[in-house]
Amino acid sequence: MRLDDTDRRLLRRLLAEPNLTAGALAELAGVTQATASRRLDRMRRAGVIRGQRAVIDWARLGYEVEVSLRFTLDKTNPRAFDEFLAAARDVPEVTEIQTFLGKVDVRLHVIARDMGHYQQIYRDRILTLPHIAEIEALMQVAAISEREALPL
Amino acid sequence: MTTLDDTDRAFLRALADDGTLSAGDLGRRFGLSQPAAWRRVKRLQEAGILAGRRVDIDLEALGFGVTVFLGVKLAAKGRVSLEDFERAVTAIPEVQLVHHVLGLYDYRLRIVARDLSDFERILRRRIMTLPGVGEVEANVLLSEERRPGPI
Repeated sequence: MRLDDTDRRLLRRLLAEPNLTAGALAELAGVTQATASRRLDRMRRAGVIRGQRAVIDWARLGYEVEVSLRFTLDKTNPRAFDEFLAAARDVPEVTEIQTFLGKVDVRLHVIARDMGHYQQIYRDRILTLPHIAEIEALMQVAAISEREALPL
Repeated sequence: MTTLDDTDRAFLRALADDGTLSAGDLGRRFGLSQPAAWRRVKRLQEAGILAGRRVDIDLEALGFGVTVFLGVKLAAKGRVSLEDFERAVTAIPEVQLVHHVLGLYDYRLRIVARDLSDFERILRRRIMTLPGVGEVEANVLLSEERRPGPI
């Protein structure tokens, strides 16, 4: 699908402020509401916009600890990735799974209520994941900036 | 801290998948009246648990073929101000996420680029010139999935 300037303007606004109403979004992008909704529908059908997801603030639910766990896997086993990922999906406290080309093979974003809870998850659910060669943990201190905006 | 019942959890799961669902949609799906569903959504919003929406887009279709996660260490701790680094790094348009972390690195960044040579340009001109920047490790994203989490 080819995007024109109007599509890009709408996307830029929507990504910057995903909570805008359809009317406010159209106004900011300088188009009528009918045009905006037609353009957005077209981008949804083409798969450019995959969906809009609610963001859950886990801290408000008592999950105070966030850790980025970086894994190197034992790649002598050809099934290492598949089996590791399948097992990681079964851990409820894992909120994101990424695979990489680089020093790190897989990253898991793990949330926990407190350090005691984290230690329990780490011992019982993380260290028991298959085919781990190395683990590094980055403990999150603060989210300085999180934005979906793109240089469109 | 708010405690959730099973219906709250079902609402959160449904909205995490499709944030555009109305109170009417949720009510029909989980057997509640529209006003009752609306009150629940409102309560979850007021408690800050439902913290807005995120647009899920196909980055590649928009011409961003490369996403890179960077680990950044500051070179001279104590001598550079974290605020200076944070201000400069958040001003880079291609930087989508900045997390201050403890461990092997001081910051974790998520960067989008058109392709690898565009990433190289961002890395050289924007990242390596940040105040206080030291060692940098780059990992190119191959796949990503977001999980529903413990609800």
